[in-house]
Amino acid sequence: MKAQRHPLLFWAGVVLVAAALFALPLVLAMAGTAWVRIANLAILFVFLSLGLNIVVGFAGLLDLGYIAFYAVGAYTWALLASPHFGLHLPFWAILPIGALLACVAGVVLGAPTLRLRGDYLAIVTLGFGEIVRILMNNLSSPFNITNGPKGITLIDPVRIGGIDFRAADTWLGLAFSGPVKYYYLLLLLLVAVIVINLRLQRSRIGRAWVAIREDEVAAKACGINTRNVKLLAFAMGASFGGVAGGMFASIQGFISPESFVLHESIMVLAMVVLGGMGNIWGVIAGAMLLSFVPELLRYTVEPAQRYLFGRLLVDPEVLRMLVFGAALVLTMRLRPAGLWPEARHKREFAGQAG
Amino acid sequence: MNAARPLLEVRDLHVAYGGIAAVKGIGFEVAAGEMVCLIGANGAGKTTTLKALARLLPARGTMHYDGHSLLHRPPHALIGEGMTLVPEGRGVFARLTVAENLGMGAYCRDDRGEIAADLERVYGLLPRLQERAGQLAGTLSGGEQQMLAIGRALMSRPRLLLLDEPSMGLAPIMVQKVFEVIQSVAAQGVTILLVEQNARLALSVAARGYVMDGGLITLADSAAALLANPKVREAYLGE
Repeated sequence: MKAQRHPLLFWAGVVLVAAALFALPLVLAMAGTAWVRIANLAILFVFLSLGLNIVVGFAGLLDLGYIAFYAVGAYTWALLASPHFGLHLPFWAILPIGALLACVAGVVLGAPTLRLRGDYLAIVTLGFGEIVRILMNNLSSPFNITNGPKGITLIDPVRIGGIDFRAADTWLGLAFSGPVKYYYLLLLLLVAVIVINLRLQRSRIGRAWVAIREDEVAAKACGINTRNVKLLAFAMGASFGGVAGGMFASIQGFISPESFVLHESIMVLAMVVLGGMGNIWGVIAGAMLLSFVPELLRYTVEPAQRYLFGRLLVDPEVLRMLVFGAALVLTMRLRPAGLWPEARHKREFAGQAG
Repeated sequence: MNAARPLLEVRDLHVAYGGIAAVKGIGFEVAAGEMVCLIGANGAGKTTTLKALARLLPARGTMHYDGHSLLHRPPHALIGEGMTLVPEGRGVFARLTVAENLGMGAYCRDDRGEIAADLERVYGLLPRLQERAGQLAGTLSGGEQQMLAIGRALMSRPRLLLLDEPSMGLAPIMVQKVFEVIQSVAAQGVTILLVEQNARLALSVAARGYVMDGGLITLADSAAALLANPKVREAYLGE
């Protein structure tokens, strides 16, 4: 859109953003490697939000159990690349398997919910998310598959060529810590994920999703195979979750069912809604914001209190949730369609004509 | 009609919601190029019949379109065979623009040039839509939304148009306009099955009519004869 009006300005912007993203981990690393890890988790949440956005934003199907697909991806990686089963498959094999299994899980969830909408769909998906988590928790006997609540440890990092992404390296005189290397890998994946999402949105299937979101009977009357198109939304959305889960397991080196609780599903949904359902850039902004702001608060609230009052009045964790909740309420009051809404959502909420 | 096979042929059609029978074994037919109406009171089973034809509801019996059975066809396959439903209650995509709505009507087609030509034709028939091409469908008036729903159906190049209560909830002046559009669509050779509560109006545009009551067809005749029928006049024309 802008590319046609100001091609030079557009590309200058792209180059600028790319340079900033490239330099970011080096700057963050100065503040501490913890911040690079936070940035990596933020990118994973962008993957998750974009995946959920396909289901919720494009197709209008409320999914409260989305984290289940993250879990499927993470456990796939953990089981295929750890001493648990003694398997150590390479990353280019596991990542597609994880995406595929998550995809299958998406269809398994999607198939029985095809006739459901709104609240009913939300409840079923919520239950599905819990089923997956509880399965991970209990699949330790009689055959120990998931190692139960103890989780799986010593998960392999990504290794490409001779490069171990968890170890530090020095190239061209510059030190690259593990998280920094992961950051660049995730950035590369992120570009691919965004491109896929943009293409999907503008595709025939993207239009079919929007049609189903708006009016299912009318969509059928237009000749859209609503069953397949809905299943496709679940499957595509889930596969992004699977990729994110795989990367999560490889970065952390340890996973347990605790990482895949309902709270996480709600968090991802909040990112999508806060950012602006249906708008890829809005969803990315929402995911970044909700990933970074709580961490910023965590690191600033305590010193600020000690400075102002000389002692700790409120536990930062409590305040974090309070500020977080208040921010959500305020956003929904002031910008009900999200911070950066899809054009048609914005028009609807503004009550404007075209 | 005896010589040529009708375009749509329904025999002994049963439709039930759960255990409650809404359509109890009806039969009718629509010949190619004909406009036929299905009239009756609220709850007579008219819309249910149409939904069964559009495969949105499970049904028993015989439904033949263009010589083959509709019974096991999925709803989305019908449009490719030239049978398009204009759903009850307008059923436009409220948050899509008028132009996008019309585009969705051609979702199953890939002949770009022909689609553009059809769009011009629809705009010619419904100039209001062209004026409002960039506007969200949800912001149109009720009558304009009904026009849009018809326009969208035309974008699929239908041979048989199933119209479900096009006059519902519209101001009388808009009802007139919508029916003028329906007549010009019929004049272009599109076969129309019209389900309508407004019996007088439906019978004034259709060639033949069927009267439904309590899930059954109680009368079948030419529109003129039905208009003159004392029973119809008393029950459906308020005389």
